[in-house]
Amino acid sequence: MLTILFDGVAYGMLLFVLACGLAVTLGLMNFVNLAHGVFAMAGGYVTVILMERLGVPFLATLPLAFLAAALLGLVLERLLYRHLYGRSHLDQVLFSIGLVFMAVSATDYFMGSEQRIIKLPVFLQSRVEWAGVSIGIYRSLIIVICGVLVVALQAVLTRTRFGARLRAAVDDARVARGLGIDVTTIFAVTFAIGSGLAGLGGALGAEILGLDPNFPLKFMIYFLIVVTVGGTSSITGPFLASLILGIADVAGKYYVPAFGAFVIYSVMILVLILRPQGLFARPR
Amino acid sequence: MMAGAMPEPAAVETSLARVFARRASWRLSEIVFWIGAFLILLVWPSRSLLINEIAILALFALSLDLILGYAGIVSLGHAAFFGTGAYVAGLLTKHGLSDPTLGLAIAAASAAALGFATSFLVLRGADLTRLMVTLGVALMLFEIANQAAALTGGADGLQGVAPGPVLGLFAFDIFGRTASVYSFAVLILMFLVARRITNSPFGLSLRSIRDNPLRAAAIGIPVARRLVAVYSIGAAYAGVAGALLAQTTQFVSLDVFDFARSADVLLVLIIGGTGYLYGGLLGAVAFKAMQDGFATITPQHWQFWIGFVLVALVLARRDRLARLGHQGMSFVATRLGIDLGKMGTGS
Repeated sequence: MLTILFDGVAYGMLLFVLACGLAVTLGLMNFVNLAHGVFAMAGGYVTVILMERLGVPFLATLPLAFLAAALLGLVLERLLYRHLYGRSHLDQVLFSIGLVFMAVSATDYFMGSEQRIIKLPVFLQSRVEWAGVSIGIYRSLIIVICGVLVVALQAVLTRTRFGARLRAAVDDARVARGLGIDVTTIFAVTFAIGSGLAGLGGALGAEILGLDPNFPLKFMIYFLIVVTVGGTSSITGPFLASLILGIADVAGKYYVPAFGAFVIYSVMILVLILRPQGLFARPR
Repeated sequence: MMAGAMPEPAAVETSLARVFARRASWRLSEIVFWIGAFLILLVWPSRSLLINEIAILALFALSLDLILGYAGIVSLGHAAFFGTGAYVAGLLTKHGLSDPTLGLAIAAASAAALGFATSFLVLRGADLTRLMVTLGVALMLFEIANQAAALTGGADGLQGVAPGPVLGLFAFDIFGRTASVYSFAVLILMFLVARRITNSPFGLSLRSIRDNPLRAAAIGIPVARRLVAVYSIGAAYAGVAGALLAQTTQFVSLDVFDFARSADVLLVLIIGGTGYLYGGLLGAVAFKAMQDGFATITPQHWQFWIGFVLVALVLARRDRLARLGHQGMSFVATRLGIDLGKMGTGS
């Protein structure tokens, strides 16, 4: 029971790291980016390639996965995404679906369609018994990394100059520009960081979530759930939503496997109907 | 002063009626389109299977056009209704009721009922909520079909679908001759109904809702009721398309509910253009041709190029492209000495 809770928390934390970039683009910049999973997949494959081809140790690949995904995000934002900020949601949906299709096919072409398994170093594979709960070392590592990230993100958003500028740019880009804030750069940097975090999440989660070319499609709905259910006015909303989603998903798969993902979808629809602005957000 | 300049209300009414009648009348290009389609059906029996697929995809895209193009509802889960129609039609023939047309009707009714029920969910919230809800509904149905393996065959698909002869006369053959003619006939009938619907006052009210819901409500259009109605109608159309697929391929697999199917039909409609009924039909032809073409070049990776086309279309501003296409057409038409506006034959 507690083990399930623990695994659920680790899973939820992972989902948060994967999805928090989307919380910014979708929630704050109001851009429906269905291609967010592409960056996560990129991070995962960077780790796979580095470990298999170059023999880089697993932990050392994590920052590189972050950097690679952030770079990819920056390039795509500068080349493509920025043209679509003001466009209709339909255009954004079409564009990002197109990107997903391209990424899925391209990955299939370069990396093969089979599921990739990341071989964790031995010291991360063991489990410890602690107060009657079996705890996986790797999952505790995930919880620690993600917990630090949550705190750091919250601090950056609320305590730093950059965070204040970002919030200003999101609230009213025009006025922010008028005040001399470089909105374009801020959006680009934010997009890159969000993509980088997704890449880090993809690398961290490759072992738990599995990694194959269909990754962006498979987890798209999860990311969207985190953001829409959590609301987008703060970091804590999506964070709590990912925790709930993670625990519910793990527990659901364990206790009522027959229902599969059914429970999650129905809860999502229910939340959207009752509170379209998200569970933890105040209506604007 | 002002009153003197205003024309008589009766005169306004007749002139408006004339405008709408001319709009609703058949254009030469439309007649040419259908004759051309019919000729292809006749002279190209070897591609019957492909023609069947195109007709079904066109009907599916037409159903999305009613919802997206005319009412402005963005849907990421239109496959929900397609799949419902497919499974209903498949299960009906499997359990004894083998008449195809009756199967179509029941499939349409079930899909419409589902559309009616979910329309209330879709009506709440803005674009993003709609996207999520439609997507969620389709995913839920996928899960149900997957888990209820005893009924639907689960991941193995529904086998043993054996529809009887169409109208009791034409049996389905393995070359898809009957299938293609049958699907084509259904497509024409459904198209005629859709054309009637969109040219009716009901259809006009939908367009005004799409362009400005607030203003539409202000002039007395019951916005919510109209949207519920069109969503149900669109669902019924998608259900028929799904039923056609089940009957003509005599198999239903889980991928009728797949996200890729919802995305594909969106792409089909976008290629053809939204909001003029022919968009779905032209888009279906273009999409299948593209898919076929890309598949011969790269059998496994045609999806990459489909995605590429999608991205390119959006970046090139599809609305501008549509206007360019229209201008090009009228330019050619004037060069040929044809006045597009006066081409109506019915008025």
